Amino acid sequence: MTNPLRNLGRILSAYVLLAAGITLLQATGLANPYWIQILELACIVAISAQGLNIIYGYTGLFSLGHAAFYGIGAYTSAYLMKMYGGQSQAAFFLALLAGGGVAAAVAYLIGLPTLRLTSDYLGIATLGFGIIMKVVFDNADTFLPELGGARGMTGIAKMSTVPWVIFFLLASLLIVRNTIYSSYGRAILSIREDEIAAEMMGIDTFRYKMVGFVIGCAFAGVAGGLYAHLYTFLHPSNFDFFKSIDILVIVVLGGLGNMSGTLVASFGWIFLLEGLRVVLPPGYVELRWVLIPVLLIVTMLLRPQGLFGTREFPYLRGRLYR
Amino acid sequence: MEYFAQQVINGLQLGFVYALIALGYTMVYGIVRLINFAHGDVFMVGAFIGLYTIERLQFPLPVVFLSAIIGCTILAVLIEQLAYRPLRHAPKIASLITAIGVSLFLEYFTSLRQVFGPNFYSFPRPFTVVGWEVRGIQVTNIQLVILAVTLVCLLMLQFIVYRTKMGRAMRAVSYDYVTAGLMGVNVNMVISFTFGVGAALAGVGGVLYGIAYPQVNTFMGFMPGLKAFTAAVLGGIGNIPGAVLGALIMGQSETMVSAYLSSTYRDGIAFVILILVLLWKPTGILGTRRSEKV
Repeated sequence: MTNPLRNLGRILSAYVLLAAGITLLQATGLANPYWIQILELACIVAISAQGLNIIYGYTGLFSLGHAAFYGIGAYTSAYLMKMYGGQSQAAFFLALLAGGGVAAAVAYLIGLPTLRLTSDYLGIATLGFGIIMKVVFDNADTFLPELGGARGMTGIAKMSTVPWVIFFLLASLLIVRNTIYSSYGRAILSIREDEIAAEMMGIDTFRYKMVGFVIGCAFAGVAGGLYAHLYTFLHPSNFDFFKSIDILVIVVLGGLGNMSGTLVASFGWIFLLEGLRVVLPPGYVELRWVLIPVLLIVTMLLRPQGLFGTREFPYLRGRLYR
Repeated sequence: MEYFAQQVINGLQLGFVYALIALGYTMVYGIVRLINFAHGDVFMVGAFIGLYTIERLQFPLPVVFLSAIIGCTILAVLIEQLAYRPLRHAPKIASLITAIGVSLFLEYFTSLRQVFGPNFYSFPRPFTVVGWEVRGIQVTNIQLVILAVTLVCLLMLQFIVYRTKMGRAMRAVSYDYVTAGLMGVNVNMVISFTFGVGAALAGVGGVLYGIAYPQVNTFMGFMPGLKAFTAAVLGGIGNIPGAVLGALIMGQSETMVSAYLSSTYRDGIAFVILILVLLWKPTGILGTRRSEKV
């Protein structure tokens, strides 16, 4: 048993080290600002992917509409900041939480009817929700002109910095780890393993499915808010079906229900996408999307259980599995 | 009233094309429980085969359909054998991700300049368009061709599934593929055959789509594919009449929304209907519930 205070100290020091290290690299100009931005994007995608990991990897709910919640969070926090927040850091923090909160609230409302569906049907229902939300974002300017609709939303302050994204990434890992290894987590895992057996053991499966779904979507919402304030421009096409697929690919590549795998796969995926842009000779950049699917297919053929399978990084291991 | 009737005709035209795609989804899902995301791209390849055989080779229309059928069948059987067969006993999600990979690969590979190219191409009309006016409603020979070709395809499919030995094997495999294998059915062959039949229908659908909405692009398969799959789920996945019914509902709703509301809501309506139907009947309109075994 480790002392909770010592754990907190470790996390804080890890945070300070990471954030300060990267900020230093950025300030001294050792790291190219472009790559810093990619790194920030990778952290944001990792947060969103941890959300889907809870939903699909741990709870076993097949969701193909994750990008919709990402978008809801992005538009909510961007709107709040634009209208009321200005440049305040505290307001930014609150706006991000609000983005997560609205995403969670929408997830709850969507979950009420749809979480009763099973496996692929749930996937199709969430896919449908994702496409409906894309249509809503496309027409958003008819009810809130600031959201920009199909022309995109501009005038968002650049607030997402390295310390912020690292903070939320570590927080998300901590929340996933502590949720999964709590009694809630055991209930959630039991639903994934066998829903009928879980119900036999007296677990309110609908309630715990909802818990998993709502937490996961809240993560997506916060990640969306960070994304909005990183690129300072939002367009409905940033939240289409392909973005949902991106996140799903990351979670499956890492290994379902594996925090470390999801983390590594998020960074790997984002840096692969950008890295290929640099590595490929000019004129061949369009080959990027020919190579990536081939790589994806080959990886799946060789390791259908994901890159990490069931192995976790030491800190992310639960007591039960130690 | 005439405007409404005109929209019904337009909706039927779209619905029949969706039906041809939806059948491939529903049959493949019925047999291997896989959402074959690459199916929409097979449809796209069918449209491009149509484009080339009409424009460059000047084939007569039946031969155009035949080439699309042959090309798409070969493509789908290759995809099945190379990408899906090795994963048949892996977790289902691995096949799904592979299907997405195949879909992306087909879209981006064919959009390379050396293959089909990234542009929008106008699809040549293989016959002169003739329109008739019946009580104020425009009917064109394009719509008649779509109707006729789709009906022929449906009848042939009905014949294959219910009147041939292969069809019986398909139904057996979809019911229980382990037992079917034990009874001497060559499961691998049946699965390949199912992919082939689905792709042949998608190929025909691609040519018809090109004739009706004369612009093609290598990414054109994505949305129709998604909607056709939704149509299959709407009608009850694995169910052949259900897929046609779902596709017709889909075509109607989409046309009506474009006509009476705004075409920007067109892509959303199909999914609103889908979610409502799933809430009322979780297995689709004509789907049957299979009891879950513990």
